[in-house]
This record gives sequence, structure tokens and C-alpha cells, in this order.
Amino acid sequence: MMKLLTSLFVGLTLLAAPVHAQSGPLRLEIDEGIIEPLPFAVPNFVPDGPAAAQYAQDISRVIVSDLTGTGLFREISADAFISRVSSFDAPVQFPDWKAINAQALVTGAVNVSGKRLTVRFRVWDVFSGQELGNGLQFAGTTDGWRRMAHKVADQVYSRITGEGAYFDSRVAFVSESGPKDQRRKRLAIMDYDGANVQYLTDSAAIVLAPRFSPSGDRLLYTSYETGQPRIYLLDVGRVQRQELPTEAGTMSFSPRFSPDGRSIVYSLSQGGNTDLWKMDLATRQSVRLTNTPAIETAPSYSPDGSQIVFESDRSGSPQLYIMPATGGEATRISFGQGRYGTPVWSPRGDLIAFTKQNKGRFHIGVMRTNGDEERLLTASFLDEGPTWSPNGRVIMFTRETQGASGRSALYSVDISGRNLRPVRTPDGGSDPSWGPLQN
Amino acid sequence: MNLLSKIAAAGALTLIAACSNNDPSALGGAGGAGANGTLVPGSPSDPRSPAYFQQTVGDRVLFAVNQSTLSPQAQTVLQGQADWLLANPDFVATIEGHADEQGTREYNLALGARRANAAREYLISRGVAGNRLTTVSYGKERPIEICSTEECYSKNRRAVTVLTGSTLG
Repeated sequence: MMKLLTSLFVGLTLLAAPVHAQSGPLRLEIDEGIIEPLPFAVPNFVPDGPAAAQYAQDISRVIVSDLTGTGLFREISADAFISRVSSFDAPVQFPDWKAINAQALVTGAVNVSGKRLTVRFRVWDVFSGQELGNGLQFAGTTDGWRRMAHKVADQVYSRITGEGAYFDSRVAFVSESGPKDQRRKRLAIMDYDGANVQYLTDSAAIVLAPRFSPSGDRLLYTSYETGQPRIYLLDVGRVQRQELPTEAGTMSFSPRFSPDGRSIVYSLSQGGNTDLWKMDLATRQSVRLTNTPAIETAPSYSPDGSQIVFESDRSGSPQLYIMPATGGEATRISFGQGRYGTPVWSPRGDLIAFTKQNKGRFHIGVMRTNGDEERLLTASFLDEGPTWSPNGRVIMFTRETQGASGRSALYSVDISGRNLRPVRTPDGGSDPSWGPLQN
Repeated sequence: MNLLSKIAAAGALTLIAACSNNDPSALGGAGGAGANGTLVPGSPSDPRSPAYFQQTVGDRVLFAVNQSTLSPQAQTVLQGQADWLLANPDFVATIEGHADEQGTREYNLALGARRANAAREYLISRGVAGNRLTTVSYGKERPIEICSTEECYSKNRRAVTVLTGSTLG
């Protein structure tokens, strides 16, 4: 496993630069709704030798791709550059970057020594001529070059927006191939941008709905490998899985971790009726949380672990409810038209993402935890299964197209409803679970 | 809705003992013998074969959107299944519950479980021993029709009784 060291790059000294006619430091306030993406430039990072040249170019491209992929930033093409950056330590020619309206500039250098790769970078506020934060370096192995690029992009994003980032993160999902009536499914993980796909199961048994543990080291998922749907716990690093023992019943499914990673909540079907149960992962003992003749499934913990939002058809159609994490009285929060499912609590705690089915269309939407301010972010033949980016700004989900040739794919959308885009995967994809920012 | 199906099943508790377990002619339905009178064991013309169960008795019942209630037609098919299972006690069966693609994945798993259980309870109410009947739900994972119209959806909302074992081989 790659070790990634983070350290302040102490050899750099801050440049004293005059403050220009900008009212404040460069800052993108994304909660106010960005219409015009912020223009930025990333001149190719400077390689210190031939071995670093390709890495320098590739790392620069991934940084640009991360930032433009948010929809919040717009790259200024190298064709427009006036200055060339051929030395990381040379003073930045701010007038040349101002002239092409680059508001942010990222400069960097790449060193390769054997299998060791070091990336240094600085973020500049062009119009004030000042550095945003301090120069940093990341060091690791050459295999991990994409992660280092994501880490640089995370820094740039955070320094400009003041928010947490999400580029150095992974997504677990179900890789799908074949037609709808002969679909083969494999559990897989990948970088958030679709790179470095790794398959964790073969397609011998149906696998469904993986969920990352809060620390990203384990996955919960449902598999038919015994013939019945059962829940499994998988160690991502060692790719070892174990079936979790549940109460007698026909099937267990829909497992989710608690925020502390010590217990799970899941659905168990007995005699055709599906209720929610909670299991302590240390003792493997389960307790029942709901006890109604209705279907209760798709649970999700609040970030503080005190509450669970879930889906139930106790009212006659599937709707969203919140109950204490220990079970007990549940409060309905969805009251709009249609059917609501797959609620997922935002990592910020303030919103719940969901799937809504209404008038023959499917939507991904968000609402406040009391059900207020419902907003639909997408609409299509079949959208379902939202998962939150680690910073709570972006939602990834499954989109399936209709008909005999229908195919499922992963998409992401900003919680503003803008920037809907496909996530590239080698085959079809479904049931994404977005893991935490990596260390 | 599973409450409704339970009530429907409980209301039909009168066992029908008209069929003799050893008399294939009591199974009813056409095709007891081949066209020229010969009976090929294991073929659809053999009333004791799984193929006969599948094709002549009918191995599946269909459901309305989001429902697990058994329609009168479904109850007729299940009555035939119960008669056949009572006449062929060496067989056990797994009832597979399915949903169409208009629903979220996990809800549809639970819905398929409801449908499979509704069929199972009906068979039990008609005298089939519960230990011969297991259920599994595939939710929307195993459609048999893949167009995205109601014509296909209606065939996918099903509970299928699959014979899974017999000393007859």
C-alpha cells in the first residue's frame, strides 16, 4: 500500500507582493450559487528531469480535470498563456496572468527519484498578487501519482472555496454488463473520477448496494452467493469477506454502517415482512428497531448517530421517516406527491437526499431533515440511489435508460442541481457509495 | 398490503380433498397424454413432470403495480399448483418473488418477498406443507421481459413456483 506523506514545504519563502485593487482575497462563496465559473490556470508543473516529465504533465491534467469537473472553475487554456513557467522558484509574472483573466494560478514542480515522486505546488490569487495559503509538498510512490494530483486539487479547492474537498476519495459501486434479463454484476471500487477500477467479486452471484465504512477500510453489501440475499462485510485492503449472521428469516439486505463504524442497521425479511434491525459488529448480536406489517428499508444514520432516516410504506406508499437510532416512534418527513425512497443523510447533517418517483419519472432530490424545502435535482426514466461526496456538495447516483437496450450508468450532480455529468466507468455502473476523503 | 393477502389466505382455509393423490386424472387440465396416446415420462405430456407443472398447471402468478394481493386468476393458478403438489409429494418448491423496474432496488427486494410469501401462504392454506415451500426475492434483478412498457412490466411482477427437488429425479 502506498504511503502518502504530507508536510509543509519549509524551503519556500512567501513573496511580499502589493495588494491590488481587489476588495478582498480570492474566495468563491459557493453557497450563494455560482453562475459564472472562476477562471484559473494550471501551467504544466515543472519536471526536474526527463523521468518526471510525463508525471508532471499528467498530474497537471488531473488537477485541471478535478477543478473543472466541479462546474465551479473554468480552465484557461495553455494556448492563451503569455508567461511560461519554467522554474517553480521564479517570481510569478502576475500582469501576464491578469491579462488573460486568470483569477487563480496553480504552479508546481515534480521530482522523480527512482520510485519516489514528490509534488510541490503553490496557489496564487492573481489579482492581489498574493499566495493563497502556503506552498506544500506531497511525496509518495510513482504508482500513486493520481492521488497526489487529487490532493493538490483538494488543497486548491479548499483554499479558494473555504470548504472541504472530495477529489482524493473512492467510490464503491456495482459494475454491470449484459442485457437487463442477463445482467452480470460485480462489486468494484474506483477513484471518485472513475480511474483505477478494482473488482472485488466475480459475477457468479448477484451483488447489490455496497456501502463504505466511515473510515473507508470496509464495505457492506448484499450478495446472493448462498442463493438468498445476505449481508457481507468486506475488508477492502485484503479483499476478504465474511457473511454477517442475522436472525432467522428469508433474507437480509440494505446494510449501512453507523457513523462510528461499530454497528450496522439493515433490513430483515421474515414471512414476507421486512423490518429494520441493528447489529453490533463486535458481538454480532442483533436487535429489532421496527415492528410493523409494512416494508421498512433503506436506512441511513444522521452524522451524529442519534437518528435514522428510512423508507416505509406504512402509510400505503413508500415515504421517508425519521426515528431515534434505538428505534421507537417515527416521524414522517416526506409529504409531496409520489413515492419516496433511499433517503441518505448528508455528511453535513442538514439535508437528506432521496429518490422520488412521480408520474412515471424518477428524480434525485434533497430536503431538509424536517421535510421542508424539497428540491428535485434530476429527472429521467429511472434515477435512484443517491450518495454524498465527503463534503456534502455533490451527489452521485444511478441512471438507467429504458427499454430492452437499457443500460445503467453513474452520474453526479451538484446539490444546486447544476453540473449533471456522467461518471466514466469501464462497463455499466449502479449503486454508488462515496467513501471518505483519504488520509 | 401483506395484511390483506394474509386475510385472503385465512379466508380460504377450507381444504379441498377432492383429488386423490395417486390419480393424475384428478389434476384437471388438458394434455394428460400425448397426441397419439403415448405418455413420455418427464415430458410436458407427463402430468407428474415439472414441465407439466410449469406449462399446464402454470408456474406463475402476476400482481398489480406495487401490490402483493392475489387476484382471482392468481388464486385459481395457485389452487392448481396446490393440487399438483399434493398429488406429487416428492417435490419441494421455491417461490421466487419479482418486481418490475419501476421502483427502487431495495424496496423492490422487500416487495418481491411479500409477493413470494403471499403465494406461499395461499399454497399452505390449500394444504401444502410449509416445509416444502421456501421463498426468495429477486426484486427487480431478474426481469423476464425487458421492454419498458406496462405489457412487459405486468409479466415481471410475478411469483414463480420453481420445483427444486424430487426423488423422481
